[in-house]
Amino acid sequence: MTPVLVSLAIIFTQLSLLAFGGGNTILPEMQRQVVEVHQWMSAQEFSAMFALAQAAPGPNMMVVTLVGWHVAGWPGVLVTTLAKFGPSSIVTGLALHAWERFKDKPWRVKVQAGLIPMTVGLVAASAALITLATAHEWMLAVITAVVAIAGFRLRIHPLWLLAAGALVGLTGIGQG
Amino acid sequence: MLAPTLPAASPSPSTEATVTPTVMDLFLGFLGLGMIGFGGVLPLAHRLVVEKKHWLNEAEFTDLLGLCQFLPGGNILNLAVAIGMKFHGPRGAMASLFAIIAAPSAVVIALGSIYTRFNGPHLQHMFAGLAAAAAGLLISTALKIAVPIRRKPIAILIACLFFVAIAVLRLPLLPTMAVLIPLSMAVTWRAAR
Repeated sequence: MTPVLVSLAIIFTQLSLLAFGGGNTILPEMQRQVVEVHQWMSAQEFSAMFALAQAAPGPNMMVVTLVGWHVAGWPGVLVTTLAKFGPSSIVTGLALHAWERFKDKPWRVKVQAGLIPMTVGLVAASAALITLATAHEWMLAVITAVVAIAGFRLRIHPLWLLAAGALVGLTGIGQG
Repeated sequence: MLAPTLPAASPSPSTEATVTPTVMDLFLGFLGLGMIGFGGVLPLAHRLVVEKKHWLNEAEFTDLLGLCQFLPGGNILNLAVAIGMKFHGPRGAMASLFAIIAAPSAVVIALGSIYTRFNGPHLQHMFAGLAAAAAGLLISTALKIAVPIRRKPIAILIACLFFVAIAVLRLPLLPTMAVLIPLSMAVTWRAAR
């Protein structure tokens, strides 16, 4: 393994085990590691990868695959994917038995309630960082704002909002 | 075993009999889920696992989902692992996990190659628009999950502390969690009393 692959493995194993509350909570740490600490890409490139990953089907953490691919090609894909999805899956597998035993314990509900504010804070942080790196021209800021309101207020499938954003972007209006 | 077409007819859903999938059933089921799951996979997972295939009944699904939300990792990935594990141990878990990420990985790498290979101004504009929309969706997600704590000042304060530490101060996640999670637990438990 090259030093880059080792770094990827360490970063994504850590992220895998810290991802309480789902994938979006670790987005800021992922960005900090690959943009600021290792400087493998710009913040803007990271946001573009996040966007591409959102346009793909399946679980919403496919940005992991793209980061691995960008940094180290196919070996990078393999390493980041294994490191990101392996450790948390092993924890899930092992926890399955304990879960059956502690099913009716009241502390379980309380621990879950205690994690909610963290999830809210971390997802809001993800949103802020991705928006700052993305919406740097007025039309892009408009797209972000409209999609944010539409996504919150209306029951529109996210894919339509992404497609609409891509179409408005394609016109080039309001971009440099 | 109940007829697959009559799941709702059962008077007590928690004792409703379920179908045991083979490893191949798990693989194909989650492969399909990975291919169609745009945006949110969870409602589709529920339809597949409970309504269509009857691998789990409603109560079992809710219980497993509770576990998956409680553990690190994406809920839907954990759910795939837990269901695979429940029926066929590590072999089932690996089949389910691999199946659910295989197709999306292929799609995302294809999109990535398009993005890097045909990097003209039109494509750049289009991807800039896509990225802006993805950012907007993330904001809407943050707003939606904030709704349940909107009348809880202490929870809002803790959410703000996390936000400032991570987004403004750019502190590493691990030490931030080590300090703020116990704090969050402590005040949530006190408030619940």
